[in-house]
Amino acid sequence: MHLALATLLGGGGAPVHDGPIAAGLKNFSNWLTEPTRYSVASILAVVGILYFRKFFAQVWVITAFFALSTAYFVFAFQDPNFNAIITKPDNVPIVILFASVIFFTWLALRRAVINDERTKRGEPTLEGELAKQKVFTWPDLVYTELICLILFTAGMLVWSILITAPIEEPAATARTPNPSKAPWYFLGLQELLVYFDPWLAGVVLPSFIVVGLCAIPYLDLNPKGNGYYTFEERPFAIAFFWVGFLLFWVSFVILGTFLRGPNWSFFGPFEYWDLHKLEPMVNVDLSTYFWVELLDKPRPDNAFVREAPGIVALLGYFLVLPPLFGKTVMKKMVEEMGMVRFNVFMHLFLWFVLIPVKMGLRWTVNLKYFIGMPEYFFNV
Amino acid sequence: MTKLFTYIRESQIWKSIFRHGYPDTPRNRTLAVLSNVFLHLHPVKVRRSGIRLSYTWCMGGLTFFLFLILTLTGLLLMFYYRPTADKAYEDIFALREHVPIGVMREMHRWGAHLMVISVWLHMYRVFLTGSYKPPREFNWNVGVILLVLTLLLSFTGYLLPWDQLAVWAITVGTNMARATPFLGHEGPGAALVSFGGIDFIHAGDDVRFGLLAGRFVGEGALLRFYVLHCVGFPLIAATLMAVHFWRVRKDGGISGPL
Ligand code: HEM
Repeated sequence: MHLALATLLGGGGAPVHDGPIAAGLKNFSNWLTEPTRYSVASILAVVGILYFRKFFAQVWVITAFFALSTAYFVFAFQDPNFNAIITKPDNVPIVILFASVIFFTWLALRRAVINDERTKRGEPTLEGELAKQKVFTWPDLVYTELICLILFTAGMLVWSILITAPIEEPAATARTPNPSKAPWYFLGLQELLVYFDPWLAGVVLPSFIVVGLCAIPYLDLNPKGNGYYTFEERPFAIAFFWVGFLLFWVSFVILGTFLRGPNWSFFGPFEYWDLHKLEPMVNVDLSTYFWVELLDKPRPDNAFVREAPGIVALLGYFLVLPPLFGKTVMKKMVEEMGMVRFNVFMHLFLWFVLIPVKMGLRWTVNLKYFIGMPEYFFNV
Repeated sequence: MTKLFTYIRESQIWKSIFRHGYPDTPRNRTLAVLSNVFLHLHPVKVRRSGIRLSYTWCMGGLTFFLFLILTLTGLLLMFYYRPTADKAYEDIFALREHVPIGVMREMHRWGAHLMVISVWLHMYRVFLTGSYKPPREFNWNVGVILLVLTLLLSFTGYLLPWDQLAVWAITVGTNMARATPFLGHEGPGAALVSFGGIDFIHAGDDVRFGLLAGRFVGEGALLRFYVLHCVGFPLIAATLMAVHFWRVRKDGGISGPL
């Protein structure tokens, strides 16, 4: 069944000989999706879309986006490598994730833009107009639910009949598949393993995500924007969540699913998953930079002396920055939130910021660890 | 025909079940919701803004509906599945080989993927509409726990087919637990948890061992994941969903501008 679908959508068979335009497009896609460029491009996209939100909120923009994406997919399906990764049955949901996240982000942005304009003109928001009317749960709500339910079940059935759930070889603890991937929804965390050790990427950061989510209602004291879409009444909150959810979570899941192959090396969407592709690892610890490059000495033997620069830097980051900001640029915030809230917020926020900081340092100066104490499994 | 319907509706059996007439008058519509324990999770009247698809995206409802589908299909799958290392794979394989147009396993697998997506989108919507702000702070927290439970449900289920994909995905996932500070044998600070020269944390008793009932993903892990997947987590999730829906109602219904 699944094969039938793949042929239906085209491709999957004999290799196609690309013309110059097709080859150019493929090479460009492979080039752009390289993790550094991919991440930088995503950041620029988020900032750009928020800044030019009036433009992006238009209906034709999203229509054009989906039309172009569809065209691109049809084109890309002809390529055996692209086809192989996209039509893997378990990857279909990730395509759905991609499309639905983009669509709903656009929808929310559109309503936010409309609401912000209405508020400026002194009119009620889209939701505000309807909120005054009350309707009976039966039939209005119950029927909406029922219709959603039926349509949805039909869709699920069609999907289930068309695509058979896969099953691989029986479990064999002696044979490690390459790549070994966590379930797709944890691939964002697996991507962080490139930059952080397991105790951070796998334990501490996920715990902070859960704690941070729980803390949101107690840290965001802005009373505005409750019950309607808006951007201008809570720009920081929205931008923050966009970065956290869209970039560090969804886009990394997509990266991990489609662009990470054997040995967790990067593979462009049109690239063959070659087991022997090696990426040179030349990452350097902060302690090496400090002792060897800066002071021109050998690294001291005592781990704590050796790692002193990193320890000082991180202690400064986590212990000096919050009071410093609290006394200066964020003075008003401290007054509004109180000391406890402010400190909780700052610590969560600094951890959040540490992720892009470390990524940036890795890309630019090949930084491996701020503090590297493998003796104690303590690497940051 | 009309006569038949009237007859049924006038019968003692019908009247013993439904204590109101056809819901086409305000009174009966109110009663339809109030006298039904399931519909009662809804308020009698809702703000028109709150039931618009463009507002809620119906993602919470969809998540709940997927949970129901998964419970149903999962129950059917349990009839055919034995959680032991030598039977598990065989049973899943047999489902595909011997059942023509079988969709239970497919519905369960695709539904599980979708539930993870819909719960993320639901959270995204709740955030973007600021619906976690007072008075809904607590319900947001119930939601966060439900999110974690959804991921745990999906994660424990991932192991059950007992194929290469399953075992290695769970291996990658649970390897992280080795590095838990203080509690994992490769975690920072684990060496400090020792007493009189005896290390308390080693590969044979750290958190990963506790998760997997062993040093690697084996039969003990399969049973443990099976029990959590089929009984433990669904029970907790169902209970919290009841709390979640009740609180939606008690916090003034779906959020809207005041
Ligand atoms: C198994 C998971 C979940 C289920 C079945 C579920 C179900 C629902 C349903 C049916 C609603 C009614 C409104 C709507 O459909 O949007 C709702 C509202 C709500 N949910 Fe969830 N939810 C889940 C997870 C979450 C998560 C992960 C969060 C947040 C972290 C959350 C926070 C909320 C809040 C704050 C409301 C009130 C929203 C409002 O009044 O506008 N829920 N939930």
